[in-house]
Amino acid sequence: MMSNQERLIYMANQIARNLETIDSAKAVAATAGHITKFWDPRMRGNIIDALDQPDAGLGDIARQAVMLLRDARA
Amino acid sequence: MAFNRERDHGTPPAIVTGKTVTLTVDGQPVTVPEGTSIMRATSLMGGAIPKLCATDNVESFGSCRLCLVEVEGRNGYPASCTTPVGEGMVVHTQTERLKKLRRGVMELYISDHPLDCLTCAANGDCELQDQAGAVGLRDVRYGYDGATNMGQEKDVSNPYFDFDPSKCIVCSRCVRACDEVQGTFALTIENMGFKSKVSPSQGDSFLDSECVSCGACVQACPTASLIEKKVVEIGTPDRAVVTTCAYCGVGCTFRAEMRGEELVRMVPWKDGKANHGHSCVKGRFAWGYAQHRDRILNPMIRASVEEPWREVSWEVAIAHTASEFQRIQAKYGVRSIGGITSSRCTNEETYLVQKLIRQGFGNNNVDTCARVCHSPTGYGLNTTLGTSAGTQDFDSVTQADVILVIGANPTDAHPVFGSRMKQRLREGARLIVVDPRRIDLVRSAHVKADHHLALRPGTNVVILTALAHVIVTEGLANEAFIRARCDWDEYQHWAEFVSQRERSPEATEALTGVKADEVRAAARLYATGGNAAIYYGLGVTEHSQGSSAVIAIANLAMATGNMGREGVGVNPLRGQNNVQGSCDMGSFPHEFPGYRHVSIDAVRQSFEKAWGVTLDPEPGLRINNMLDAATDGVFKGLFVQGEDILQSDPNTHHVAAGLAAMECVVVQDLFLNETANYAHIFLPGSTFLEKDGTFTNAERRIQLVRQVMTPLNGYADWEVVQLVANAMGLDWSYTHPAEIMDEIAALTPTFAGVSFDKLDEKGSLQWPANDAAPDGTPTMHVDQFVRGKGKFVVTDYVPTDEKTGPRFPLLLTTGRILSQYNVGAQTRRTGNVAWHAEDVLEIHPTDAENRGIADGHWVSLRSRAGETTLRAKVTDRVAPGVVYTTFHHPDTQANVITTDFSDWATNCPEFKVTAVQVALSNGSSEWQQRYAEQARMSRRIETVEAAE
Repeated sequence: MMSNQERLIYMANQIARNLETIDSAKAVAATAGHITKFWDPRMRGNIIDALDQPDAGLGDIARQAVMLLRDARA
Repeated sequence: MAFNRERDHGTPPAIVTGKTVTLTVDGQPVTVPEGTSIMRATSLMGGAIPKLCATDNVESFGSCRLCLVEVEGRNGYPASCTTPVGEGMVVHTQTERLKKLRRGVMELYISDHPLDCLTCAANGDCELQDQAGAVGLRDVRYGYDGATNMGQEKDVSNPYFDFDPSKCIVCSRCVRACDEVQGTFALTIENMGFKSKVSPSQGDSFLDSECVSCGACVQACPTASLIEKKVVEIGTPDRAVVTTCAYCGVGCTFRAEMRGEELVRMVPWKDGKANHGHSCVKGRFAWGYAQHRDRILNPMIRASVEEPWREVSWEVAIAHTASEFQRIQAKYGVRSIGGITSSRCTNEETYLVQKLIRQGFGNNNVDTCARVCHSPTGYGLNTTLGTSAGTQDFDSVTQADVILVIGANPTDAHPVFGSRMKQRLREGARLIVVDPRRIDLVRSAHVKADHHLALRPGTNVVILTALAHVIVTEGLANEAFIRARCDWDEYQHWAEFVSQRERSPEATEALTGVKADEVRAAARLYATGGNAAIYYGLGVTEHSQGSSAVIAIANLAMATGNMGREGVGVNPLRGQNNVQGSCDMGSFPHEFPGYRHVSIDAVRQSFEKAWGVTLDPEPGLRINNMLDAATDGVFKGLFVQGEDILQSDPNTHHVAAGLAAMECVVVQDLFLNETANYAHIFLPGSTFLEKDGTFTNAERRIQLVRQVMTPLNGYADWEVVQLVANAMGLDWSYTHPAEIMDEIAALTPTFAGVSFDKLDEKGSLQWPANDAAPDGTPTMHVDQFVRGKGKFVVTDYVPTDEKTGPRFPLLLTTGRILSQYNVGAQTRRTGNVAWHAEDVLEIHPTDAENRGIADGHWVSLRSRAGETTLRAKVTDRVAPGVVYTTFHHPDTQANVITTDFSDWATNCPEFKVTAVQVALSNGSSEWQQRYAEQARMSRRIETVEAAE
């Protein structure tokens, strides 16, 4: 089974994968918006931490979305 | 309070034509709708023609010949139940000739009926007795020595009612109620003439027959032939209180018929807008849990879950709860605790729990059972239509020409609505079923689906897109509606997507397992068959693309213009009695009551002003997030009201690990449920019979719940939450749930026009109920969608990551059965165990044969998450490669098998797709043995020695 951090990364990728099918051009912003709207601050912090781990498994869209979250936090 | 039966007008209302007819009955003029029977017209003007075979929830039959009347200018003595009124008709209901005829008829009935009225259970509540009095019967000229039907053996097999054929007058009311109201056709009249006899199925006992124990026959019986065992045991009721059922999302209203504080029987209320006088086995009969010996009536605490429980006073338990939560927050932070509201509790109680969390805990860590059922409905319908609820009322189905049922099993999970749907189907509506299993609707008595798309589990989005492909590419979309009501650009984007060749039924046939021709035919029927309505359930939502499937359903309805009027729409069949209400009341971690995000300043400020605190603008944790945070060591306290997450939520091992990692778990419930195995504080709950409040059903209908007996535990649940809140320093002073509803109405625009007084006056209200819609809103999106323009959203298929393979070659899907309810905490403690004493595994004959499995064998069911054992039921209701079970019994604990995979948007668990292997077994799994011992140890209650 997945660890909690792996599960967060899985969830972020899953959101990105589904939102990409709706509109790929807006997928990054939509993924960031979805996470902002539905994840609590600690979960958002944990996924931002995953940016520091290149092999954590974040896909391209999810990674870019989490970078938006990180920038917004800063 | 005097006990009065509901008035029975003898025959149903006429079909509305808008025309009326005026006639004279016994010298009095009366105007009634065209098509009304003379019997009903007479009743409507306050009269009563003697009758036996007539009752107003079944069509007239004209067999008893007691309701004869005279009509001036006509020959003979027509039966008033089968004779429609005519303009200018002059009717006499009581003449010397009629009196003589009726007495003669009654003599014949009584000559073959036991004269044991004084000791009969129905004494004083028997129509035969009443009518004998009404016709002035004083003697039976034939004597009682001839051949009779008396002395026949009683059928006492049903756990809730007896059938005494000796008291049967063969009026066929029971048979007709079973046929017309319930739609099961389980009863018949066997033999002819003097030997005529009511018979379940082919001479079976009631328990062994096809009877679903809805009780419509018992309600229809005019004698004591079919009578509730409770009436036999207790006697007839002496008062009645109208209240709302606490089982499924249909929200039936009942007359709780009482003797003192003892409930004698629940009789479905004819004026109930959701059920119109019908019920199912659960609502009518399965309320014995309220007085079950397992109920915990005293608060209990313990320092650790290894210790036995210790009973304490309410004062001690409440103070301990508050101090533990405050201790944890002081040590671990404000977001280290949270709570779960209950969809079995009232709106007012749910509102208070989320208020306790937001105002008292200072965070938004609140969630509810909708997380594991219809959270994708909230997301999907809000995205496309602008509101998180179904679009219609239940009556809308009577105007539907085509009914598409996807991922729902109404006859089992929403039985009273299922019966309404079957009535419409028998009238000629066409039916499309999309389901991996051959549910009863696919083929049952007088109902046959035009198309059964038996898709492979996990491919809902594919099949819905294929249906859309046919509609768009064959020019069946309703362009006028789309241009007027929806965003045209978004429609074009969506239409282009669904039109792609790879979305076609032919291209996706291998994936879904459904023949392309069948999909095309179903799509054409849905788009061109007239009013088309979609009804869906958890077979849609409990997938990794649950939200996408809900969106795809809304897309279909918008594309065909099937929105905004009766007979059409998108109708989620919500699971629990108040799951709609619990969502409305702000039970989600990102939304205040009325589905408004916590980050919206104006909304938050309105609650801050009312509650006098600063509120957290950040979303809180969902249930599964809470459990993850617990195993991370940062979430330490949980208040769970009326939900059993250890049994109902996926991956039991993970739930257990999360609960075990917490320092204070507070469970408020009727029983020591499975979650309570991990609890440190137990606060006894109250049943729906013991409190006032409101429930909101699946059609957004808010209905009153009325207290019929004193809470056995001393407090209604809302009072317990108020005690906890005040112990935590809040200053709540509600004296009645009506005051809580007033606060809800003041803070929630869609509830602005709701009050207990208005609910009392109107019977019910469907939200939105406010200045714009003072009488509520039966049909939504009539002139425009709540969000303005309807939004088409592309829903591409993203396969689940739960894959079958050599180790786990079968797909498990889970669901419910008629006689049990969710985790079974209530129904397992009733006579309903007669029908479903254990969970079984449905497996196709081919899969069974390949594994050497026969019907009734013990089998192990294993997934990547866990293993359990249960008995096999070999049946072709499931397709090859698919197995099915229910999750009603903790001994089986089906959720040991289900995984952490969930809906991408809402984290609703993917209950409907788990890769499994099935093999013969010779005993319970290691987990089952361990769990049984743990549960036994955990439920110990310390014995307090009596004082010297």
